[in-house]
Amino acid sequence: MRFWILFSALVTAMTATAQFTQAPLPYSYSALEPYIDSQTMEIHYTKHHAGYISNLNKAVKGTPAEGLSLTALFSRMGEFPDVIRNNAGGHYNHDLFWSVLSPEKSDPSPELLSAVSSAFGNLDSLKKRMNEAGAKRFGSGWAWLSVDPNGKLVVSSTPNQDNPLMSVAEVKGIPVLGIDVWEHAYYLRYQNKRGDYLAAIWNVINWKEVSRRYAEALKK
Amino acid sequence: MAVTLPALPYAKNALAPHISEETLDFHHGKHHNAYVTNLNNLIKDSDLDSADLETIIKSVAGDPSKAGHFNNAAQVWNHTFYWNSMKPNGGGKPAGDLLKKIEADFGSYEEFAAQFKTAATTQFGSGWAWLVLEGGKLKVTKTGNADLPMVHGQKAILTIDVWEHAYYVDFRNRRPDYIATFLDHLVNWDFAAANLG
Ligand SMILES: [Fe+2]
Ligand SMILES: [Fe+2]
Repeated sequence: MRFWILFSALVTAMTATAQFTQAPLPYSYSALEPYIDSQTMEIHYTKHHAGYISNLNKAVKGTPAEGLSLTALFSRMGEFPDVIRNNAGGHYNHDLFWSVLSPEKSDPSPELLSAVSSAFGNLDSLKKRMNEAGAKRFGSGWAWLSVDPNGKLVVSSTPNQDNPLMSVAEVKGIPVLGIDVWEHAYYLRYQNKRGDYLAAIWNVINWKEVSRRYAEALKK
Repeated sequence: MAVTLPALPYAKNALAPHISEETLDFHHGKHHNAYVTNLNNLIKDSDLDSADLETIIKSVAGDPSKAGHFNNAAQVWNHTFYWNSMKPNGGGKPAGDLLKKIEADFGSYEEFAAQFKTAATTQFGSGWAWLVLEGGKLKVTKTGNADLPMVHGQKAILTIDVWEHAYYVDFRNRRPDYIATFLDHLVNWDFAAANLG
């Protein structure tokens, strides 16, 4: 009898699996020290990102948005309420963010490097452009490097949890690198000095993953 | 005549343990101060240089080419208003005419508090929640980033800053706890009553 209760509880839990789930962080909370501190990583991943996912699952349930992929939601963003825009963006953006950070040093692929050179001159000018985009974003938001519809690299920024995939974005494209400039991303270590955080984050960029995303984006 | 940073109306440690000295040190000394510095750099050698803060805010509001002016000027105003919206040993239910007005316009203090908490919690990203007077009635509103009641035909009565920098050191991601603490221990109802006039 007790076994049966336990068994049915387990089945219920399994069938009630939510549509959107959080992938494991590909490194430990302390892996990006000293550039991003361990406490920030833990709160950012377990509270902020996890919060967007649980709010998103609640928001889509029983609505026309239920069952749609993130990219499908983004391409029809104007049809859905802000709660879906904010939380779908919050989920996608953080998922991308964790993947483009790494404690292991890597270099951009020759293809990405040559696209960076033709779009911005060199890697340092790209970093400068990204840092400016992040610094100028008033309030909360993101700085992005994306492949635009013509296959060219472009730097932009979005407010709050918007991203370049959204039909509502000013500059559209497929993001290959995103930097979170919400204060929660840097306040514990850098306080008001967003510029110091932006300068430091280049020490932990996963260029291997950015290059992979670049090659993928070109195929689309 | 440049815009100046007003001193905090209490000591930096006066709101502890609810809001720490460290938070006020950064929030007033760095954030508020930076808005003042940025604004002065923007208005230097222009005809706005001699204008008062409200005149600057109203004259650039809604002009996309003056977004930097608006953001910095409004944030100077908002922060000064926020410091005054708090005091040591504040919070709880107001009294007198203000309480009567709140009860008349919201039904009860509890209903006001519930609406204020919802507005402050649901302002997505950076911004503010407000108690305002509009057309003679009190109401609760929220604004994004630097936006403020005076450019929406409303008179500000009370505000809470819900930019993450206002609460991250003391409350981390727990914005609802910060808002509850503000209402229970910090609100300066004397300031709100004076604004009601
Ligand atoms: Fe974030
Ligand atoms: Fe603030």
